[in-house]
Amino acid sequence: MTAAPPVQEAPPAAPGVLRRHAVTLVFLAPAIFFLGLWIVYPTVRTIIRSFFDRKGDKFVWFDNYKSIFTSDFIVTAIKNNAIWIGVVPALVTAIGLIFAVLTERVSWAVAFKTVVFMPMAISLFAAGVIWRVMYQKEPGRGAVNAGIAVVADGINPPGALSDALPSTASLTGSPATGLTLQRPVHPGQTVALGLTGIPPEQVPGSAKQAAAPKPVGNGIAGVVWRDFKPGGGTPGKVEPGEVGLPGVKVVLRDAQGKSAGSATADDTGRFAFTDLKPGDYRVAIGASTFRKPFGGVSWLGPKLITPALILAYIWVWAGFAMVVIAAGLAAIPRDVLEAARTDGATEWQTFRRVTVPLLAPVLSVVFITMVINVLKVFDIVLSVAPGSVQDDANVIALAMWRTAFGGVNDFGLGSALAVFLLVLVIPVLALNVRRFRREL
Amino acid sequence: MAAVGAEVRAAARPEHESVAARVVRIATRAPVHLVLVAVGLLWLIPTLGLFLTSIMPADRFDTAGWWKVIAHPSLATWQNYDRLFSNSGITHSLLTTLYIAIGGTVLPILVGALAGYAFAWLDFPGRDWLFVVVIGLLVVPLQMALIPIFSLYNSVGIFDTVLSLILFHTAFGLPFAIFLLRNFFIGIPKDILESARIDGSSELRIFLRLILPLGLPAIASLAIFQFLWTWNDLLVALTFGRDTRPITVAIFNQLTEFGSNIEIIAPAAFVSLAIPLVVFFAFQRYFVQGLLAGSVK
Repeated sequence: MTAAPPVQEAPPAAPGVLRRHAVTLVFLAPAIFFLGLWIVYPTVRTIIRSFFDRKGDKFVWFDNYKSIFTSDFIVTAIKNNAIWIGVVPALVTAIGLIFAVLTERVSWAVAFKTVVFMPMAISLFAAGVIWRVMYQKEPGRGAVNAGIAVVADGINPPGALSDALPSTASLTGSPATGLTLQRPVHPGQTVALGLTGIPPEQVPGSAKQAAAPKPVGNGIAGVVWRDFKPGGGTPGKVEPGEVGLPGVKVVLRDAQGKSAGSATADDTGRFAFTDLKPGDYRVAIGASTFRKPFGGVSWLGPKLITPALILAYIWVWAGFAMVVIAAGLAAIPRDVLEAARTDGATEWQTFRRVTVPLLAPVLSVVFITMVINVLKVFDIVLSVAPGSVQDDANVIALAMWRTAFGGVNDFGLGSALAVFLLVLVIPVLALNVRRFRREL
Repeated sequence: MAAVGAEVRAAARPEHESVAARVVRIATRAPVHLVLVAVGLLWLIPTLGLFLTSIMPADRFDTAGWWKVIAHPSLATWQNYDRLFSNSGITHSLLTTLYIAIGGTVLPILVGALAGYAFAWLDFPGRDWLFVVVIGLLVVPLQMALIPIFSLYNSVGIFDTVLSLILFHTAFGLPFAIFLLRNFFIGIPKDILESARIDGSSELRIFLRLILPLGLPAIASLAIFQFLWTWNDLLVALTFGRDTRPITVAIFNQLTEFGSNIEIIAPAAFVSLAIPLVVFFAFQRYFVQGLLAGSVK
């Protein structure tokens, strides 16, 4: 604060001083006008307004501030914002640090940085639209779920017939647990397993006209077929026009319920178990045949909306952290790192004990910047979250806007929420001011 | 942007290394390359997805993911864009946004440069104190101003006009503009200014002839920031420009029918982000410089 003013050669005579101050005023007046009228005056007004009721006629002391903590809609917003603050600044800083360190090792760092930094240029609102498309629930059109489906269906392949149902009551159970033929069968008998509800595109291409099973001496033969033809047909009867269901796995259990073998249906739907000991058996189609493909995670549903928003937000801001940290990294003297390595430190030790401590000021700047950004998060919630889950996705800035302008039109509570936001950024404000006063 | 540090890194690499050493170096770094390629794709895919969605026939959105367009390029069509640009509402919104962004860029730079010069090179009582106030204003959430300015605009009669949005963006762009420009101007060598003063140039002349040209790099950084900030704004536009309808508000109005309006939303959102992207790619260097000056400082 005591630094010598840079320029002082103007004559100290009184008229000169006045003239100089007049010139200064010309330079400063426009800024003072804008800052005063649009920021300082409204800030004071908003603070005062926050003590009045929604219409502004009645002084209500701290009632609006009490409402902040008693209205469900705002409490959710505060909780969500707490999650945002707990997760985002730390993750963004960590990701930025990792990217910055990794890009130091490749020759195409510029290309990589450009790509990761790109979302910074577009609006959070447009980024939200991008992610709304990515997060669509059906794996057929939402890319995030499509990616998960590839893995999920790979580990747990969907069954051949995910929508099938038994055609008659002789099969019990449900597709989720597998279908079992109610009556016990003995070797020498035949069984007919009719299924319906199979859309034409699920019928395997090799399927042929279903054929009635031929009895086998000491075995059980059967047919599993699509018990339906255009026009209907009689349930439980193999009729012309009805096709077998090749590939369906049929399992046989003995009287104790233990597995006695399995068979796969051929193109006409026929299958057979041979060389069986006499006794009671049960025939069943296992649940795996009916396993549905991965149906998609409901990213835009009420439970996952905040994590989904946070992922999208990190996608936007990681580039910022990376670029700022990379610049800090470039400013670290090379010889310090070399010295550490010469002393026998491993890459990790050098990173952990030398690089990170030297970067600490830059990391804290990124972290603090992100805290402020996250406190004010607004646009992305409006564009990613469908209207029906916006209450679950609510954040303070959005609650403030909706309270004041989004239909509720309560300027008292809206003002209180704005003041609440201001109070939350005051520590950062104080930190900035302190830092700059030291520099002045 | 990444010019930052590129030279340092290049210098760190040994100039003469044997083929074997090179193979080892590349092999040990293969995982790094793979990770970075994967991350790069992860960062590209979402934007690509929006673009491909925007060129898909509207009736396909319910059934087919945008990636189908890659395998079946014949699916692609420009009809959504044709319809978008023949829709006078959207073109009007784009133009409105452009006016707001230009006004909201030029005005704060002008005002901020004047003040930045005063803070850097003019001596007046309370200068440091006033500058600390400006720094304090840097983080004041603009929510603090919405309600009083809403009433003010209504009583003055400029509510929901391009001007009202420009003025608001100017005010909230100013703390950063003053801060950035003051810090840049203060680095201008003192001799240049003093010799101009001794020659009898007026402060205004010095400002126009010396400071502005010398400050061009900082002004360019700031211009890009301000342009992107005003172009991308939703909150201010939604509060004061419901009928003025900048592009973000126009898209916002379509969002309630996300599934059925996708043929408007996707191309409109893509156009709205293509313009900042063009600005970004054209002036990357200044953008990053501004970012670093604003945060690392």
